[in-house]
Amino acid sequence: MADPMRIRASMQGDKVLVRVLMSHEMETGQRKDESGNIVPAHFIQSVTASHNGKPVLSAEWGPAVSKNPFLQFQFAGGKLGDKIQIIWTDNKGDTRTDEAIVS
Amino acid sequence: METIVKFERDRREILKIAGAAAVYGALVAAGMARPGAARAQGAWNQGAFASKSLADVVKAYGGAGAEPTSEVAWGSTPEIAENGAVVPISVTSRIPNTESIAILIEKNPSALAARFQFPQGTDPMVSTRVKIGQSSNVHALIKTADGKFYVATREVKVTLGGCGG
Repeated sequence: MADPMRIRASMQGDKVLVRVLMSHEMETGQRKDESGNIVPAHFIQSVTASHNGKPVLSAEWGPAVSKNPFLQFQFAGGKLGDKIQIIWTDNKGDTRTDEAIVS
Repeated sequence: METIVKFERDRREILKIAGAAAVYGALVAAGMARPGAARAQGAWNQGAFASKSLADVVKAYGGAGAEPTSEVAWGSTPEIAENGAVVPISVTSRIPNTESIAILIEKNPSALAARFQFPQGTDPMVSTRVKIGQSSNVHALIKTADGKFYVATREVKVTLGGCGG
């Protein structure tokens, strides 16, 4: 199981600003190890964010997203104490779900 | 005719997702996966991520071409990036009814880096970090709710490449 995400969700005026740091190698599949073998691609393919259970963002990613991905977005209609949930799934089927409260 | 073709493609996508969902259901039943993760099983557009050019990515998402636009703000996106492995990209669309923003790095092995979809209520803006192998044009490809594509382009120079490891 991958390390937890760090999620910060804060009110910025009437919007909720969400910042996420994920822990993932994001291996491109182009790199070779010391013995010259290609290191297989391993990267997050899909990310979804929801606010109190309602989707607020979805993303599909390729291996060009940097290692330990960063994501920032904002949406309207949230308030202090609301729940933000982020889910990612990678190309090997690993998945991780984390939550934060809007502060 | 085009609509039918598109419908057929959508139908196949749905079947693919349904298939994945069935497998997933079995995993949940076997206690190997958590139900909350189901929503992350979106359709990953393999064709789009295999594309080498902007035109092919537009095609992979069902478009014929993209109209150049200046209605995009690049925020903190640098013009010169020292480290190609971690280049901050920030894109804000001022085009009404923006449904999705895709970020493409023209000279990367696969052009498409990431695509973000914004439901109603979410601002059409996103920040992330990407790898850029060598100095390249970066495209922000925008799709609106009525199915039109727009593209804004910016050159990012890289002093240290990001795909070597």
